[in-house]
This record gives sequence, structure tokens and C-alpha cells, in this order.
Amino acid sequence: MTQPLLKIRGLKIEGRSDETWTPIINGIDLDLNRGDVLGLIGESGAGKSTLGLAAMGFTRDGCRISAGSVEFDGIELVNASAAVKRALLGKRIAYVAQSAAASFNPAHRLIDQHTEGPVQHGVMSRAESEADGIELYRKLRLPNADDIGFRYPHQVSGGQLQRAMTAMAMSCRPDLIIFDEPTTALDVTTQIEVLAAIRDIVQQFDTAAVYITHDLAVVAQMADRIKVLLQGDEVEEADTRTMLSAPTEEYTKSLWAVRRFQRPAKPAIPADATPVVSVRGITAAYAATTVLHDISFDMYAGRTVAVVGESGSGKSTVARCITGLLPPKSGAIEFMGTALPADYRKRSKDQLRQIQMIYQMADTALNPRKTIGQIIGRPVEFYLGLKGAKRRARVEDLLNLIELEPKIYFDRLPSELSGGQKQRIGIARALAAEPQFIICDEVTSALDQLVAEGILKLLARLQDELGLTYMVITHDLATVRAIADEMVVMKDGRVVEQGGKEQMFAPPHHPYTDLLLSSVPEMDPDWLTCLLEERGVDNIGDAAVGKM
Amino acid sequence: MTMLVWIVGCVAALIGAGWVFRFIGRLTGGTVFRDMEIATAFGYMLALASVGLGVWLFFFVEAAVFFRWAVQGFIGFAIAAFLFRLLGRHLGPNSTRRLFRQMPLTASFGIMIVLIYAILAIFAGAIAPHGQEEVFAQVNLLPGGNVAMGGDPAFPLGTDQIGRDLLSRLIYGAQNTVGIAFATTVIAFLLGGTLGFLAATLGGWLDQLLSRMVDVLMAIPSLIFALLLMTIASAWAGSQQQLLTVYMILIIAVIDSTRVYRLARAVGGNIVVMDYIEAAKLRGEGLLYLIFKEILPNAMAPLLAEFGLRFCFVFLTIASLSFLGVGIQPPLADWGTMVRDLSQFINFAAFSPLTAALPLMAAGAIALLTVAVNFVVDWMLQKSSGLKE
Amino acid sequence: MVSVTRIVLQRLVLGLLTLFVVSIVIFIAVNMLPGDFAQAILGQGATPEAVEAIRRDLGLDQPPVIRYFQWLGRALQGDLGSSFAQANFANFTGTESGATTVAAQIAPRFANTMFLAGVTAAIAVPVSLVLGILAALYRNSAFDRVANIFTLSSISSPEFFLAYVLILFLAVLNPLLPSLSNIYSDMTLGQRVERTLLPALTLTLVVTAHMMRMTRAAIINLLASPYIEMARLKGLSPLRVIVHHALPNALAPIINVIALNLAYLITGVVVVEVVFVYPGIGQLFVDAVKIRDIPMVQACCLIFAAAYILLNFSADILSILSNPRLRHPK
Repeated sequence: MTQPLLKIRGLKIEGRSDETWTPIINGIDLDLNRGDVLGLIGESGAGKSTLGLAAMGFTRDGCRISAGSVEFDGIELVNASAAVKRALLGKRIAYVAQSAAASFNPAHRLIDQHTEGPVQHGVMSRAESEADGIELYRKLRLPNADDIGFRYPHQVSGGQLQRAMTAMAMSCRPDLIIFDEPTTALDVTTQIEVLAAIRDIVQQFDTAAVYITHDLAVVAQMADRIKVLLQGDEVEEADTRTMLSAPTEEYTKSLWAVRRFQRPAKPAIPADATPVVSVRGITAAYAATTVLHDISFDMYAGRTVAVVGESGSGKSTVARCITGLLPPKSGAIEFMGTALPADYRKRSKDQLRQIQMIYQMADTALNPRKTIGQIIGRPVEFYLGLKGAKRRARVEDLLNLIELEPKIYFDRLPSELSGGQKQRIGIARALAAEPQFIICDEVTSALDQLVAEGILKLLARLQDELGLTYMVITHDLATVRAIADEMVVMKDGRVVEQGGKEQMFAPPHHPYTDLLLSSVPEMDPDWLTCLLEERGVDNIGDAAVGKM
Repeated sequence: MTMLVWIVGCVAALIGAGWVFRFIGRLTGGTVFRDMEIATAFGYMLALASVGLGVWLFFFVEAAVFFRWAVQGFIGFAIAAFLFRLLGRHLGPNSTRRLFRQMPLTASFGIMIVLIYAILAIFAGAIAPHGQEEVFAQVNLLPGGNVAMGGDPAFPLGTDQIGRDLLSRLIYGAQNTVGIAFATTVIAFLLGGTLGFLAATLGGWLDQLLSRMVDVLMAIPSLIFALLLMTIASAWAGSQQQLLTVYMILIIAVIDSTRVYRLARAVGGNIVVMDYIEAAKLRGEGLLYLIFKEILPNAMAPLLAEFGLRFCFVFLTIASLSFLGVGIQPPLADWGTMVRDLSQFINFAAFSPLTAALPLMAAGAIALLTVAVNFVVDWMLQKSSGLKE
Repeated sequence: MVSVTRIVLQRLVLGLLTLFVVSIVIFIAVNMLPGDFAQAILGQGATPEAVEAIRRDLGLDQPPVIRYFQWLGRALQGDLGSSFAQANFANFTGTESGATTVAAQIAPRFANTMFLAGVTAAIAVPVSLVLGILAALYRNSAFDRVANIFTLSSISSPEFFLAYVLILFLAVLNPLLPSLSNIYSDMTLGQRVERTLLPALTLTLVVTAHMMRMTRAAIINLLASPYIEMARLKGLSPLRVIVHHALPNALAPIINVIALNLAYLITGVVVVEVVFVYPGIGQLFVDAVKIRDIPMVQACCLIFAAAYILLNFSADILSILSNPRLRHPK
């Protein structure tokens, strides 16, 4: 057995908060052989990024390595001098950051930043490195590989920047690359091409890699082995196929099970039913730019309609039109068969009560200076006129309904709650108005998977118990699969396709729906390979979208 | 020129010393000296040299009276602040105790000074030995209270050229200067804050109109604008000097309210885009509920910090105006005017250090309060920005 | 994408417009005086005939709008009117010297003030930038903490406090520099610098503190950005990270800091000139305020405001020009 390329033993890292040191990583071992790809997965706060950076002998400000060793190719990094580390970084260990847009220096062209490493480390001359960079851009299937490098970062799109950053990491042909959530900020259709490009180039140069992500399906495509982290501790490690098919630990099993939650299908809509909310031919614009073109769809009682689309598709704008924040230029919103005034200021209290909203970021959706009791109590008092003990009793009912103990949470401030609990409070505030219709705007996208699943289950239960109608805005097809009954696919402000969920998930589709559906990574390690073969190398991502 | 050579020489010597220090340190091994930059070593040497120079001046140079006073004052205040913080940690309700536990020394020093000034200002009449306008027969008494040196124990800081007790005037200065600055700041906040929040919440033409007006007013440097308006105010006031003080309060309040407006509008603007405001709007809440129940509670922290900074600014502006002779008018005792009236005494420093210290005491009284408020605000800002991380 | 030239032109027009409105504000403020200039010149005991005569001479019988444009038109040609004080003085001595116009009095004083501001900037800008960057690089070190206390204290102190402390130590106790800055036109440069040094040092203390804190904040902000971390992770030397990666992006904030503080100097100069009896425009202004020499006050105010607007405008333009996003549009 040869020496592993990266060997971490008993690594402990602490972070400084409120004048004391709290542990972030509590004693982790890690081995990585040459040419292998290790996937690090875990929810937020698991310490994945900290561990990834520590593998480079680097800690962020306010963190310190308190124990353990990090050995790269026999060189101990923990106590190494700055000069020793500098000689390795960039040259033999490279890093690909989560946000390429923020990690490229806005003041220099891409190629200047690409050649900087090789020139400074004395690996290549500037001219050699420039030619090599263009070659790498081509290998990574960047459009206009010959001159894309001569642009400034703000002139290049996010998915392309992420590939350019991978090229930059490759510039010195390192032995090891740390990928820190490189596709998290990208849309699904863009994510595919970046994933494919990264995987190819890592295989081609036989580079070892640590791939950090929170997305199981993504890591299944990229890694040979997977290590699961939970709050700074290792849960388990195994090779990818074993891990996917036979996880041993409870926590891992629960992570895996998340993706399987799905509600039973509902009976068909009666032919004579009146839609609760009906969007009729809405065209809307911000100033001079039209963002919605003639949108129409209906939402029926007790059912969930998922509005799906990538960023910029106009799905959130539809919600703003329904709530009356953005009066449409033409078209109307009907509630139970009668048209609502376009501007929310002109709607009656009862009309406002019937349509409630749950927001994506629970942090900004709850007033940080009000207690939970005040937040939920206000709509109770405002709409239903309950005061004093009655109001309190109603708030406690609502807290019970969202599965939070009233005694504990009534007087707490939002900052004392976890992300999932805050989102539950947002739901309770919407329920307090006793509405018929609730808009859920990306309610789970800021949450970890297990917590998100809990929220989705709660929403489903509430719908069954209270007969609510939901409009769920999301970019995540797993959410759609889990709770939607009908689905509306949007792109560039237009409805591309709509229909029942079963019908939508089964072919034939509109080409864009097809692209969207097929781009969602699956837990099968062969999924990406199969997909690429199916589509053909030139026909993924940007290229595919462009052809439609 | 020779001074420049001296400075360069000293720096070079210190760098050399730093290099030697690091070289010796490296012989002992250990990572501290290995990774030490020459700049850091230079810093240690510089600190060492400064402390050495200070000790030498303090103990061995007879003439460095002012330096000794400064050092004694500094150490005295530091000890007082430390004791004050210790007191705060063990007395009072739990919430303030917790606050004192996280507090740096500078902040507790600031709070202590602010408290002392507040007490002086409120109880000036009881604390001061004489009235602020009381004129005595003994003119131009020297400070120190030593009869042989031309002083009088009844007037520890001496009297001015028309025979008013300087200690009393210094104490009354707290009431007048601080009180007037405080009132001005409050007016500026009421005016600027109200308009700023209205502009942020309502937006539209009101916002545009107010913001453009503020832009124009802010394009004139505030002290210059204040001086211009004071010229006109002095013509309006004529011989009624008291009226001029009222005009000054109004003028500075209006000029300063532009800065408050900017801040309130920016803070309000950041809060207005939050989802919980949107939720409240969609609920059908009225404007007053939005401003007082949703926006204001979240704007308190930055506004409080700004109040501190604004107060300092107003305080300094008033002191400057008074120093220039167009601010608070006699017979009210105020520090800016006192500095101007006593400034010539500074030339007696070599013969009677205490006399020379008189104008500095008045100016120092101004500086001490603003430093204190700034320390507190600095701590508050650091605390609130730390919470965000 | 809006082109840079268009943005620059927009800002220029906005700056000129602001200056125009400011001149109106100043004019209106002055016209709020009770009675009018004529009354103010002659005092309470003047005969109505004399007041009327002066009114006609000064054009005060015209409506305000016309007077405003006359004043503005003359001001643009460099004619800022005649000084009351000097007019009185001239009447008293019976001489008609050229020094009665405001412009003639302001010109040499303005040059002196610019000299003072120049000396201050020459000391303050390099010192504060270096110290500010050092404080940012060694943040939370002992040096940073001590610097924080010093800068906070110096910002908080009124200019005259710093001025008298400096006078005490550098002029009275150790007579190194003169405490009065009387400057004549036939002095050599060396003499002028020596006379200017003490007021310049006072201003430097205040401005340096401001600039240093702002530079520190800007650099810390910059160093926290992901592309700086990326540069470090590429194994670049600390010097290269600073010079090649941080500095190009630090230009805009640093330019802003410098311009803001030069603008601050305009206000600071008034008090310091009075303390040191420095014959600059600030002292002239304060004297004019005290004796209510309206045309002089008006002119000084306009000059101060113009300088202030000009500085803010240049800061704006320079930071626009240093932004790569605007220099290289999509």
C-alpha cells in the first residue's frame, strides 16, 4: 500500500465566538489516494468547508487548528511555515470556491488570473500558460474558448465562470483540488454542464479531489467514496455505491429517505368546480421591461399547484401579481369567481385575509423585535378581532398546529429559533388569518433537507386538515414531486407547459420541461453518464437551451 | 531638515534592533520568532522605545510637568474606569451586569464620563461654589489657591479679568454647553428622523422632494452654513443676546437634521424592503402601525449610535462657534468662549503651568466628553456588527 | 450598459446644478436680513436720503430676482462686489484704493489657504494611508487598538484643543515653531512652510485620524472578500496579494476617503486659521461674519461651497473611472 496523498489525523478546529473558542471539527480522520475523488456531505454547520480548507493547511480568520495533523504527500501542514505552504498552494493543491463571481478579482481579466499561478510558481511562462489556459477552456467546453479568457469576470455568466475557475485550479496541474460547493449557486440546467466538465477534467488529468456539497445526488455523480459529516463529527464513510445502497447509520438513512417523501395522488377535479384563485391572462412589467406575458392558470380548492422555473422565469412575479403588490398591465386575478382589485391597497380586509403568503427567507419574514406571540397574535387580532385571553388561546392553538410547544415558544424572539422553526412560525402567521389560499414562495430552499422535509410534511398535513389551497413557487423538482398536484412550468415570463403532476412527469414533454426534468440529479451514480450519452456531449446545458 | 534626518535615523535604528531581537529569538527555536515579520519586530521595538522614553520623561525630566499631568490623568482615568466596570459587574439588575461583563475598558470609561457630565450639568447650581455671573472684587487671581503666588483658596482656579470664579464657570459650562448641544440634537433628531422615515415608507414624490432639498443643504459645509446663518440671526436678534442662542439652536438643529434625515431614510429604506414589512402591508396595516410597530423598533440601534455621533458633532460645532465668538453669548458661561478668552494664558506655561492649563481645561472638558461618547458609540457599533456575523 | 462618458457628464451637470441652487440658497439667506444692506452699512442713525442713495448705488431698488442674476453674473466674471468694511474705511480715510472689492481681498487670502491645505494634505495623505493600511493588515493587534484609541480621541477633540496643545508643547515650552502664522508676500518658501507648519500639523492630526479610520475600514472590507482569499489560496506572496489583488480594488474607496477629508479640511481651516491668526480665507470669513460684511460673507460662502462640491464631484468621477465594471462594459 502506498502512502495516501492526503492524510488527516484527529483534526480539531475551533472557532471564536463571544470571546470563547467553540469546536467546529471534533477530531476527524481522512485519507485520500492519488487520483481518487472523495465526496464530503453534510448539512449546514457540519464543518465541510472548514475541513476542506484545513486540507490545504488554511483556516479562516477567527478559526484555529487546535489538534491533529494534516499531511499532504508526506509534508506536515499544520505547523508548516508560511513559505512552505505557499509553495504548495495553487501549485500542488488548488481550490474551487462556491461563488466564482465573487472569487474572481473584478479588476483583472480571466486569463491574467489564470496565468498568475503558473507564472508565480515558476511552472510555465506566461505565454505557455496562456496557450494552456485556452486549451483547458476548450476541454471544459466553454463557448468561445479562444477569447473568453480576455474578458473581465463581470462580462461572463455564472456557469461559465465556475468552469473558468476549475480551469484556473488546473493551471499548475495540481495533485489535489478542493471543490467547495461549486454548483450550489447555479440553476439545474447550468449545473449539469459544470458537473460534467469538472468530472471529465478531473478524470482526464487523474487529479485527486475533495468534493464538498450538501446535495446527495450531485455527490453520487462525482465521488468514488463518500464521507458524511454531522456537526463536526464523521458519521460514516464508504465507497459511493455501498453508501447509496446500504448506509449503516441512522442519520445517513434518514438523509437518503428524504427524497422518497411523496403524497398520494388526489382524485380528479370535479368538472363543475370553481377555482379558488384563477390567473387570467396576466401581463406585467417592471417599468419598461415586460416580465410576464399572458399568464393563465387555475387553482382549485384543497389542491397544490407548483409553479416551476429557473431564476428569472417570472415565477415570483406571478405571486406579486396575485397578492396585488404589482398590479398587472392587463388581465385579472379572480378569487372564487369574482375579480379582485389589482392593487392590494384597494382590496377589502376580507379579500386580503383570504390570500396569505409564506416567504423564502424566514429571517427577513419575521420582525426580529417581536415575540412569537406578537407575530402570530397580530393577524388574529387584526382580522378576527380576538383580544386578551382569547387571542392568546388562539395563538396557542396555532402553535400546537405547527407542532411547537406554546409554553416554550410564546415569548421567544425569532433570533432564538432555528431556521425550520422560524419557517413554521411563518406558516402559523399565514394560518392565523384563516385564509383559503396560501402562496409558498420557495419555502424550503433555504433549509437543510431533513428540515425541509418536515416543513413539506406539515404543509401537506395542514392542507388535508384545513382544506387549504396552495400555490408553491419553487425551482426544486423534488419539492414538486413531494407535494404538488398540478404543475405550471415557466420560462422567460411565459407558461411553457401545465397540467396534472402524473401527466407532467411522464413523457412526452415540451422540450424545456424535458430539459428541466432530466437535469435534476438523481441518486444513481450512473445518472450523469447515462444522461450525457443520451443527450450527446454538445447537447447539454446552455447549448440545449439555446436550440429551443 | 535635521529633524527629518533624526526621524529616519531613529526608524533605521529601531528596524536594526528589531532584526537583532528576532535573530536572537530564532536561536531559541519556536514558531513565534520563525514566522515573525520584520515589521512586527519593529513594532515591538517601537513600543519598547516609547515606553522607555515615557518613563524617562516622567521620572527624570523636571520640566515635563504637563507630560506628568497627562500620564497621571491617563492612569487615573484608567483605574477609575476599571473600578467603575467592576462596580457595574456586581451591582444593579442582571441585564446591566451582563452588559458590563462584555464591556471593554474604553466603553466603561465613556459611560462613566458621560454620567459624571450629566450629574455636573444637572446639579451645577449645587456643586459650583459661586454663581456663573457672580462678579468678585478680586480680578485676575491666579489658580492654585496659594496666596503667596497671587491666588486665593476661595477661588481654586482663580478669577478672570472681570472677577468671575473660573471653577464655577467651568462647572456651569457643563450645564450650558452640554445642555444646549443636547437640546439641539434632540430637535435635529425629531425633525430629521420623522421626515426620513416618512420618505422611506411613502417613497414617491415626497421622498424625491425631501432628498433633493437635503442634497442641496448638504452641499454647503455645515460650519460655513452655520456661520452664514448666524450672521443673519445676529442681525435679527439685535441687542437681545439671549435670542441669539435660541436662533443658534434652531439653525444648527436644521443643518444637522439633514444628516439625520439621510441616516433615517437609509435605515428605514433597508427595513422597508424586508418581507415582514411586505407581510404587514398585505395584511392591510396602516402607515402609523408600520412606522411605529414594525420599522422603529428595528431602527433603534443605529439611530441611538447616530444620536451619539450627532451629539458630538453638534457639541463641537457649538463649541467652535462660541470659540469664534458667534455662538453661546455671555453672560452664560460656556467652554468655547472660555477657551478664547483664556487662550493668552498659554504663554505663561514656563512660569506657571497651572495658569497655562486653564484654557486647556476648558478645551479638554469639551474633548473629554466627545471622546467618551465616541468610545461608547464605537463599542455599540462593534457589538451590533458583531452580532450580524 | 450606460457608457462612462455619459455618467461623468450626468454627474457634471448635477454638480453645476447643485452649485447653482446653492448660490440661490445663499442669496435668499442673505436677503432675509432685516432692513437691507444700505441700513446695515450706515447703521441706525442714517438719514433716509443717505440710505436711498446707497440703495441706488448698490442696485437694491431692483426686485430680488434681477439682483440675484446681476450678482451671479458679476460673480462669474470674478466681480464679487465691494466690501462694506473696506468701503467704510475708504470713506473714512478718503482714499479710493483697489482693495475695496471683495475679490481683491479674497485673492491673496485664498492663495494662503490653499497653501495651508496643500501642506496639510502633503503630510496627512501619505501618513494616514500607510497607517490605515497597516492597521487593517494588523487588525486587532496591540498596534491597531492603540491606533483606534488615538484616532478616536483626535477625531473627538475640537480643533482648537489640539491647536493649543501643539502650541503649548512646540511653541511655548519648546520654542521650535512660531505660534503665530503671520505670512507676508515677500517671504521665501522655507519661511512660509515654517510659519504654516503648526496650523498644518493641527489639521493633519484631525484629518489623519479620520482618513486612517476610513482607510482601515475600507481595506478590512476588501480583505474579507472571497477573491482575496482565493489569491491567498493560490499561494501568492502577501505582498503580491496586497499590491496586485487588493490595491486595484481599493482605489475607489481610498479616493473617496481622500476627497471627503479634503472637503473636511475646508471646515477645519476656519477654526485653525483663527487660532494661529493665519491670513487665510477662513479668518477673513469669520471677521466678515462678526462685522456683518454681507458681500464678503456671501462670497466666502460661495467659494467654500464650490470647493466642497468640486471635491465631492471629483471623488465621484474618480471612483467611477476606477470601477472595472464601468470601464469594461458588457
